Amino acid sequence: MSKTPVTFRLNGEDAAAFADPGSNLLDFLRRAVGDLSPKYGCGQGTCGACTVLIDGEPHLSCITLAETVTGREVRTAGGLANGPILDRLQEAFIDKFAAQCGYCTPGMLMAATALLDKNANPSRQDVIDAIGGNICRCTGYEPIVDAILEASRNTRGAA
Amino acid sequence: MLRVETYPTAAEAARALGPGARFLGGGSLVMIELNYGASDIERIVRTTDPALKDIRVEAGRIHLGALVTMADVLRSRELSFLAPVAQAVGGPAVRSAASVGGNLFAPHPYGDFTVALLALDAMVQTAGGASHPLEGYLADRSGLVTSVSFAAPASNEFAFRKVRRVRPKGASVMSMACRLSRSAGQLSGVRVAYGAMAPTAVRAKAVEQALEGATLDERGIAPALARATEGLDPPTDALASAWYRKETAPVHLHRLLLGENAR
Amino acid sequence: MAVEFRKDLFADERDDSFDQIGQPRVRQDIEGHVTGRSPFFDDHLFDGLLHVRCVRSPHHHARIRSIDASDAERMEGVVRLIWPRDIPRNMNTLLSLINFGRDDEPLLAERKTAYVGEPVLAVIATSVQAAQRAVAAVRVDWEVLPHVLDVEEALTPDAPVVNDEYPNNTFDYHDRYDHQKLRFGDPEAALARADHVVEGTYQMSPIEQAPVETCGAIAAPETNNRIVCYTSTQALFFSIGVTGKLLEIPSSRLHFIGGTVGGGFGGKVDSHHEPIAVLASLLTGKPVKYMWDRAEEMQAGAPRSGERWRIKDGVMNDGRIVARIFTGFFDAGAYTRLTSYGVQKCTGHLPGPYTIPNVASNIFCVYTNRTPSTAMRGFGITGVDFAIECHMDKVAERVGMDPIELRILNAYRDGDMKAHRRLAKNCALIESCQVVAQKADWRLSPDAMAQSSLAGGGTDWRAAIPETVTDDEGKIGERRRSGLAPDPFAGTGQRGRVAAGTFSDHPATGNAPQRDDMIAEASRLGFKVDTGAPSAPMPQAERPVAPPAPPPAAPPPPTAPHGSQGAPTLPSAYSEAPPAPTPTVTPPAPPPAPASTAPEPEPYRPEQPFQRGVKRPGVSRFISGSRRR
Repeated sequence: MSKTPVTFRLNGEDAAAFADPGSNLLDFLRRAVGDLSPKYGCGQGTCGACTVLIDGEPHLSCITLAETVTGREVRTAGGLANGPILDRLQEAFIDKFAAQCGYCTPGMLMAATALLDKNANPSRQDVIDAIGGNICRCTGYEPIVDAILEASRNTRGAA
Repeated sequence: MLRVETYPTAAEAARALGPGARFLGGGSLVMIELNYGASDIERIVRTTDPALKDIRVEAGRIHLGALVTMADVLRSRELSFLAPVAQAVGGPAVRSAASVGGNLFAPHPYGDFTVALLALDAMVQTAGGASHPLEGYLADRSGLVTSVSFAAPASNEFAFRKVRRVRPKGASVMSMACRLSRSAGQLSGVRVAYGAMAPTAVRAKAVEQALEGATLDERGIAPALARATEGLDPPTDALASAWYRKETAPVHLHRLLLGENAR
Repeated sequence: MAVEFRKDLFADERDDSFDQIGQPRVRQDIEGHVTGRSPFFDDHLFDGLLHVRCVRSPHHHARIRSIDASDAERMEGVVRLIWPRDIPRNMNTLLSLINFGRDDEPLLAERKTAYVGEPVLAVIATSVQAAQRAVAAVRVDWEVLPHVLDVEEALTPDAPVVNDEYPNNTFDYHDRYDHQKLRFGDPEAALARADHVVEGTYQMSPIEQAPVETCGAIAAPETNNRIVCYTSTQALFFSIGVTGKLLEIPSSRLHFIGGTVGGGFGGKVDSHHEPIAVLASLLTGKPVKYMWDRAEEMQAGAPRSGERWRIKDGVMNDGRIVARIFTGFFDAGAYTRLTSYGVQKCTGHLPGPYTIPNVASNIFCVYTNRTPSTAMRGFGITGVDFAIECHMDKVAERVGMDPIELRILNAYRDGDMKAHRRLAKNCALIESCQVVAQKADWRLSPDAMAQSSLAGGGTDWRAAIPETVTDDEGKIGERRRSGLAPDPFAGTGQRGRVAAGTFSDHPATGNAPQRDDMIAEASRLGFKVDTGAPSAPMPQAERPVAPPAPPPAAPPPPTAPHGSQGAPTLPSAYSEAPPAPTPTVTPPAPPPAPASTAPEPEPYRPEQPFQRGVKRPGVSRFISGSRRR
């Protein structure tokens, strides 16, 4: 079985690894690259736990063929913090108690990042739509929405 | 074992298709099969052909490349009338992958975009240049889709409605689209299409007939509502029973034709 | 939504200030969650990790004639197969760890399968894809058997036998009955004098816990002949015990690491992944992962059980409920996971938060050819509460009463006797009803608004254990032979009467604490304590508390002999065989040796495989340790 070399940018750094044929981006990132922040929840694009950004757009890494990210910029929740300094979204998730089991959190953060990158001043409905593809089975949606709105306020304040 | 083949043009990709091969578009259908061990797939065929990402408006006709995504549709000013349709497909991350061409292959209860295309009398272009009416294409779905095209509707001519049990994302209990073309103040050549009411998107031909020459008001649409599910045998699934779909279809058709708040 | 505290309610019972609840507090594990670094079981990387997928039954019920895996075995990437014969002790029941129920479920089915998705063979391969393809290449010759999917159909004499260990399609309670009984007072007599009899049937479907992280485990060889296992389990010590038992290896060889669970909700208790992952690692000497995909999680993962309920109330014109009879069916699916225990929880919950002087219930844990059911958020309680509260509305409608006022009228008040013979305390239903009505702008009568959980409870009959009618209907196997209806008092079996005031030591009916150090001390729970008040929970002053070491025989009940119905009366349905000795009763069968007279257990020997149950002197076999003081 022949593996495919994939070179791309991951969280602002050059990255390269070999993908198994037909491997999805989630397995590739986790096993081949070693970024464990995106999570497996369904393998069918319905739960959102594996959400990453590819060239700024939210994508479900479990239904993305790994080699299609060649030459593109991938961002994951593992790259949100700048060293020990957390991103505003991460801070807001902490302050607003926006995680229970924590398994959906990386996907939620990336869906929210995609939103705030495009819309610095989202309405509550915008936030709900943005995380509409992400399931939190602990059903902690309200604090998550609150946290994303809080982060957007902090972003505006800092700008 | 599995092999991935990437071709620069759609024509080459189409030639590479054959037994054991599967064309990968946006990935939201084929990758699921792969993740779940589809043992009949030996080769994945894909193309980087930029033509498949084209959105063009020419002489009042809209052309959408097969790999145009729902997110692309949402970003396009010319396609604003289709925004509610694209928005109805999955969540944001699904919409950055799910493509117009792939939507023609989405199994029940998915494929809402196809419902809209059916109401717009879309034509399907396949590799090699052949053109097929969408309704006929859905019957056998053979040939690699390169684009779809349809006449741009006049403003307020097109309407779409999706019924789902959870929001903002949720698969269809049913979806409906219509193009309410008029002639001399009366409906003429109307198209109505349903999703999740049959194995694929279908036209509601009895409704179309009943609307021919009618006026768009309570009295005018009453015969169409009475025939809302004529000739249809909707499926029963985890979202709704056939009975439920049949019983509620006239209610949703009513709202589709006259607006959300019509009573 | 803002949390509102009603500190005015029960203010003198607390010395706390509620200054934590409702306040934003930083979770100790939150930084890992927001940075994607929380170590879920699958977040451990191993070189050369192997993967497991199982061949599963496509039938509700089928005999396995033969399995041909010769093609699969030769496929690229396949390392080896796990057959049922590779499992040292291929039979278990989860609660054998607390001696509850008999081993009835193989890890991999060998002779027959009893639900869709039951595994029969495991494939270990170098990739998930290779394992999946090999699974698809295995050919099983199935002989499809008749199946049963409905709980009441499963009780009929002609129903197919789902589970060979329980050939009556019901779990055995107390080695005697095919259902769990609750008897309190004389509901039949009370129904006869009630102004209204209100009946209802209610049903709840199974619910999948559906955690976003699917169930799984990674096992890998470790140094010193140990196996390390990272697991998603919610019940680490169940998982170790089950793995040690099925694989017949001492738990000292098992290094289990859990605690970071991507959502469980009860669905990560059943411990099926760990034994397969550990065995696969032992067989291959490699790290192995066994993780369900989403489809397996939904199809083969054990949900909350479906339930069906029949409730029959005797109600007076003024809304007082004088009798309530339940017939309940829990769908255990094909094997015993935790639903047998859910039935016990449920029995202790009846008749809901209402003081009803005559209560009876028959609850069945029924085997059907559906996915085995297990724990989920309040299992055993949620379904019957739905039924009870629907039924309360129905009763209110019948007697023409406001449904909230009906609840207030019948609500437990402090000091009332509950049907399982414990006193109600810290009741708050009345206050909850009043606040809910206020919030909903629902007008209650001044009388209903004036009620209090603190007042009116514990008076005469409300605090008393009434004379109780018992029966011995529904002995194991009887229903299948005779087609006996499942409802309480449905048969013509002999009735007994247990004198008022009688309660028993039966652990399953949860009466007196088994040990004195298990009595909850109000002061430790944050309640103000009346220093003069006795701390024992029972009103009977002379109630002897079981000493730390088990007595040579159960103490005699502190009450009169059985009632006046004449000999031979039957033993109380609450009593475990043998019944508590009373002057007039002859036990129907020679008593098995009580656990308390068993010889001293062997000293602890860690190299021995796991043994069933806890057998330490002075410790209930239902309790795995003593409470810390």
